[in-house]
Amino acid sequence: MAVLTGPTRGAFASLRARAARIAEFVTTPVLPSDYLDMISPLRASADLRGRIEEIHPETSDAVTLVIRPGGGWRGHVPGQYVRIGVDVDGVRQWRAYSLTSRADSTDGRISVTVKAMPDGVVSNYLVRRARPDTLIQLDQAKGDFTLPSPRPGKALFLTAGSGITPVMGMLRNAVTELDDVVVVHSAPRSSDVIFGGELRQLAATRQIRLVERHTDVEGMLDLAELDGIVADWAERETWACGPTGLLDAAEQRWSDAGVVDQLHTERFRPSVIVTGEGGQVTFSKTDTTVDADGATPLLDTGERAGVLMPSGCRMGICFGCVAPLRDGAVRDLRNGEITMAAPGDGVLIQTCVSAAAGTCDIEL
Amino acid sequence: MTAVISERPDVRPVADPADPTAHLSDADIENIGKELDALREQVIASRGERDAAYIRRVIEAQRKLELGSRAVLLFSLFPPAWLAGTAGLSIAKILENMEIGHNIMHGQWDWMRDPKIHSTTWEWDNVSPSDQWKHSHNQIHHTYTNVIGKDNDLGYGIMRVSSDQKWYPFYLGQPLWNFVNACFFEFGIAAYDLELGKNLQAGRRDDPDFRRRAKQVLRKIRRQATKDYVVHPLLSGPSALHTLTANFTANLVRNLWTHSVIMCGHFPYGVDTFERSSIVGETRGQWYLRQMLGSANISGSPFMHLMTGNLSHQIEHHLFPDLPSNRYGEIAPKVRDLFERYQLNYVTGPLPKQVASAWRKIFLLSLPNNAVEQVERAIDGFPPAKLLRGLFNRVRPA
Repeated sequence: MAVLTGPTRGAFASLRARAARIAEFVTTPVLPSDYLDMISPLRASADLRGRIEEIHPETSDAVTLVIRPGGGWRGHVPGQYVRIGVDVDGVRQWRAYSLTSRADSTDGRISVTVKAMPDGVVSNYLVRRARPDTLIQLDQAKGDFTLPSPRPGKALFLTAGSGITPVMGMLRNAVTELDDVVVVHSAPRSSDVIFGGELRQLAATRQIRLVERHTDVEGMLDLAELDGIVADWAERETWACGPTGLLDAAEQRWSDAGVVDQLHTERFRPSVIVTGEGGQVTFSKTDTTVDADGATPLLDTGERAGVLMPSGCRMGICFGCVAPLRDGAVRDLRNGEITMAAPGDGVLIQTCVSAAAGTCDIEL
Repeated sequence: MTAVISERPDVRPVADPADPTAHLSDADIENIGKELDALREQVIASRGERDAAYIRRVIEAQRKLELGSRAVLLFSLFPPAWLAGTAGLSIAKILENMEIGHNIMHGQWDWMRDPKIHSTTWEWDNVSPSDQWKHSHNQIHHTYTNVIGKDNDLGYGIMRVSSDQKWYPFYLGQPLWNFVNACFFEFGIAAYDLELGKNLQAGRRDDPDFRRRAKQVLRKIRRQATKDYVVHPLLSGPSALHTLTANFTANLVRNLWTHSVIMCGHFPYGVDTFERSSIVGETRGQWYLRQMLGSANISGSPFMHLMTGNLSHQIEHHLFPDLPSNRYGEIAPKVRDLFERYQLNYVTGPLPKQVASAWRKIFLLSLPNNAVEQVERAIDGFPPAKLLRGLFNRVRPA
């Protein structure tokens, strides 16, 4: 097969661009892609989408979705997450889920594992109602909760509940490259352990040392007990993922031991510390003004007012919801920090974890 | 739009001897508002997958019809292809403007949070750029519905459609203006969104904002015309001229149809207009009441409702401009029941009857008020007019 040289490829690209412009004259006011989307929604040049091809139950309230991503998917690093947009009751909702598939899978499919959260709109939809063959929106993989190269000599994974998902992504891809792995995982009961069979198999074949904590029987893990469970924990590069309480305690414990730089955390929910007084919020591009209280994220405020808010994980990690704050003050719901902007500053804020702390003007 | 309204107490429709709301107390009017608010909440609470599937289905069908029709028109040299292609394209353009474009730009589907079906991103197959149309239509017309001097939709600034509007000799020609406007309705809309009449006056022409918007319109006209009158004819090769006439015809049919439907919304007999002073301090209940009295419906089949973009449910649309259009027909019986309980006139009728009623008004009001009555008596005494009216009354559903 002939290989295209630089100039020839350039000529082809400009020809394609010109053809695309001409095609726009044919289809205006809509775009050629609007027609192509009806026939081939997963083609490389389309907005990134995916098709759910298989849904496998993991536990009574968790499933793994096997997704065929569109041609534009650029792959992922194990431990990263992907934002998924699904239409639940007709409304598009975006959430971030950790990738659990092999990064080099031969069939090009990816998978995420979702646990139904109480009152979780999207997680309950995906676990209980979603059907194979559903088209979803995707974003490229993101996140730095990943393994370094070269691999650490000794690793500890401290997880609870669905916090095991990014770790499973790492283990499936890299367990053979890790010499000494301890996994300390908490779940209410043995049957609630997501990937329980696979983890126990890894332990049986001595690829990892697995410590399961069944909290219904043994109670919550107290990190003061850690010395008794993993004696050399302070020597290990550690990845922790789970509820806020666990991560806050881990940060405290690792700081106290002076080894906080060995701890990597992935948070699933923002922890609300301070609630402010709220204020009048203006979304200037859409010319919408509403009153907001100091505890409601601006993302929710905007969505309720009908503003098309970009959104993602809704927990402050993905920056999919970032928008310029043109004027005013907002409070970060996680730490109470106040961010202020004067006209012209255009400070970018995360609307999902920011609430009004006075009058503010958001450029959306 | 509706949020602005709530701070206006004390509105009265134009005080005339036949005030259709004279029998209503202030409490009645506020109760009407409460009932309508409750109805709105019911629909919003039940919006969901079924509605989303509906608009996606309509968009997909429209795109397939347009694509298919344009493909057939590549062979428009053959008369059957010309006919089929033109008919298909006319329907596709009507669907695109009415059920899809108009309603999406109203924000009826914003709740889906799909950026591709959203009022902030939609651009329609019409020479008026969507931003300008949204301002003049959503903000001005829907807020100030039928308020003389405020709502430019009322006669589009070139016609007299209420005897409360002052007569000028210019209006003698309004049947002609209306016909020309109907044929080139999309240009009429663009001119009107630009407030061309006002802005072409000396002193305003150089206003930078006006010039920017005018440039935007010209760009849109150029794109639209290039598509329909250059690109597609050229693609048709030997059928070029036939495709050109087909596209012109489809635009004409779309213009005549949309103009007729829009006329039926606010011009037929039985629809009220309001004085500027009457909306000062209007309450939410009073705003609802003005929408109820200022709009008229068209009765007909489900296909007819679809082709009018459900503006056949103009009353329901004006009460709740941002509810999904597929819901208007569903709530219409409840709205009509409300009209009956409060003894208000729910103006509705089949399309030919409503179009005739609107045209009759346009002919009659081209004359000064004192002449109107004489002509009206003469027309009503004329036997064929009686016959026609009898006919319309018969096709009108019970």
